[in-house]
Amino acid sequence: MSNVKLTIDNKTIEVPQGTTIFKAAKQLNIEIPSLCYMNLEALSIEHKPAGCRICVVEVEGRRNLAPSCSTEVAEGMVVRTHNMRVLNARKTVMELILSDHPKECLSCAKSGNCDLQMLAQKLGIREIPDQDTVAMSTYRKDFSPSIIREMDKCIMCRRCETMCNDFQTVGALSAVNRGFDAVVAPAFEMDLQDSPCTYCGQCVAVCPTGALTETDHTNRLIADLSNPEKTVIVQTAPAVRAALGEEFGMEPGTSVTGEMATALRQLGFDYVFDTDFAADLTIMEEGSELLDRLTRHLSGDTSVKLPMLTSCCPGWVNFFEHQFPDMLDIPSTARSPQQMFGAIAKTYFADKIKVKREDMIVVSIMPCLAKKYECQRDEFKVDGNPDVDYSISTRELASLIKRANMDLSNMPKSDFDNPLGESTGAAVIFGVTGGVIEAAVRTAYEVQTGKTLERVEFEQLRGLEGIRQATIDFNGLPINIGIAHGLGNARKLLEDIRAGKSQFHAIEIMACPGGCIGGGGQPLHHGNAEILKKRTKAIFTEDEGKTLRKSHENPHIIKLYEEFLGKPLSHLAHSLLHTHYTTKSKKTIIIK
Amino acid sequence: MSTIKIELRPDQIDKIKEICLSFNNNPGELINVLHAIQGTFGYLPAEVQEVVAQSLNISSAKVYGVVTFYSFFTMTPKGKHPISICTGTACYVRGAEKILDEFKKELNLKVGETTPDGKFSISCLRCVGACGLAPVVMVGNKTYGRVSPDMVKGIIEEYNKPCCEEA
Repeated sequence: MSNVKLTIDNKTIEVPQGTTIFKAAKQLNIEIPSLCYMNLEALSIEHKPAGCRICVVEVEGRRNLAPSCSTEVAEGMVVRTHNMRVLNARKTVMELILSDHPKECLSCAKSGNCDLQMLAQKLGIREIPDQDTVAMSTYRKDFSPSIIREMDKCIMCRRCETMCNDFQTVGALSAVNRGFDAVVAPAFEMDLQDSPCTYCGQCVAVCPTGALTETDHTNRLIADLSNPEKTVIVQTAPAVRAALGEEFGMEPGTSVTGEMATALRQLGFDYVFDTDFAADLTIMEEGSELLDRLTRHLSGDTSVKLPMLTSCCPGWVNFFEHQFPDMLDIPSTARSPQQMFGAIAKTYFADKIKVKREDMIVVSIMPCLAKKYECQRDEFKVDGNPDVDYSISTRELASLIKRANMDLSNMPKSDFDNPLGESTGAAVIFGVTGGVIEAAVRTAYEVQTGKTLERVEFEQLRGLEGIRQATIDFNGLPINIGIAHGLGNARKLLEDIRAGKSQFHAIEIMACPGGCIGGGGQPLHHGNAEILKKRTKAIFTEDEGKTLRKSHENPHIIKLYEEFLGKPLSHLAHSLLHTHYTTKSKKTIIIK
Repeated sequence: MSTIKIELRPDQIDKIKEICLSFNNNPGELINVLHAIQGTFGYLPAEVQEVVAQSLNISSAKVYGVVTFYSFFTMTPKGKHPISICTGTACYVRGAEKILDEFKKELNLKVGETTPDGKFSISCLRCVGACGLAPVVMVGNKTYGRVSPDMVKGIIEEYNKPCCEEA
């Protein structure tokens, strides 16, 4: 492809033909303001609907200003990105966008972290003309267990649609209606909870306004923490520690495990535990299930289903319940670490500390919005009392720590409490794509072969590619492993299985880009997907720093089986740590 | 939003699938598919859109998005005699709004509604390509040109005659 020479703000640059003005300017370190445009390079997602017109620039010889995100460069082009005509146009465009936008910034969940708000400031908007006379958008609020939709705040950038349809292939959202009534909504404008939404939260992660936010439980948590009758227990997911620091101005990729444990203790939790403990437990159960299925398969049992799919990710569980109801017997029956933790906390641990189930509150801190829905599922309740009472996101925890006037960067480090706070390196890597299956391999290999692994790192399972595959030699027995992150990639593997073309023995699936570190509840990346790589690195560094790196070596897990569960897949383990799946779709709704 | 819930008969589902198949179940043909189905069913209720989505292997949200974008598509059944008033520029400047008001008053309907007996419905459209006849009204496939408000009663009467009752 030939190169094109052009001038942007009096600077000359040569770029390949087909480059957009926006990208060419970026190479010159000229930042053109944008709003609907989104480029997640690490995930190969470029969203440029040219809908908002904020990124317009002047191109000499053209009558109208051009949207730089979608206008390709041409030989000899002369572009001005910030002259007075452009500034004036941008201001008018912003005024029009704001004209029917609710003026709720004081109480909006997104305030302070809102692309629209920041841009309005940057463009110097000080008043919005004709506010007394213009009609306002009045779309109803839609509440679901995980996500709140306030479509009166929607600016129709349609980033959420791209994530939901192109990346996740969930198809819950589409632009509907036209003109003033245009919004992004589920089919027939039904509530989100009646749609095929998986609550992965990727729409929330990219929404530039307060139109899509998480269902917030921080005030409920404050009420519980100030209630002396309640024993309040917290568990934190592996991916939280690799991202929480970003909310306090730390470099992406800074691990804040010890600081977070101290902060949680200072917030008033009675016990500060770790979901990682339950991740080790998950490996014991899921790994045993995999070996059981493999052994039966190898001995000629045709009733056994392979490949076995992981079941830790609640967005993924929702996805297959909605879209692959004919394959509910393929995923592992093992509950997710969040739910295993809750079940053990409210039985084994509650007995130990002699607290009644109803006086115990189990809260989880998750990088995830689907976890909020998961802990409400009826399968995870005993007489109406949930194993995990509710889940808050990494963002909500950050907001709570700030509310309590604590500075995470100056917090002393401390350890988790025991027994449910002890974990191995295998558990930490649950937070990244490929991590669950790597953890499972570390244990399954040693259990199956009776040998000790010389090297616990399986580089061939790591990476950011959407679909990966590797064969691991189990002492002469080749085990084929597939990995997908992003539900669109998962769909491809699932369709192969449905068509009988899959050669895998085990497949790990995570709904979010990069795994849980890119979850819908994490600090917003504001379009910079490079952050995901840094969080991934933080997770692997944390793993390397652990003395124990294989789940079956966790002394408190060994003790839990000795004292309480017996052995993996025992009757008690089955009733507390396993689950079943139900079909969610009356009709198959699939796209692409 | 759809307020009417209907249950499709198996033969109706087959008909929808047949129409989709005649376009090779190609998602790129969505608009033409919907056009053809509305031609057969008269309107596009949610249940019909679900079948279309399934056949074309796209999400029902997408189908609903297209149905709500184009004013030609409707999710409520039109009357036996659908009345369309052109409010395109030429018709508008020659008094289309007064004609529309007169129809609304005579039939006691709003735009997009159907009379309780299912006989008449009112909709607006933009330009039928007969600007020389402005203002234009269509009832079913019949076109009325140079309509004035005092003609409205007569037009409605035409379709209340016994001969039309049977048709």
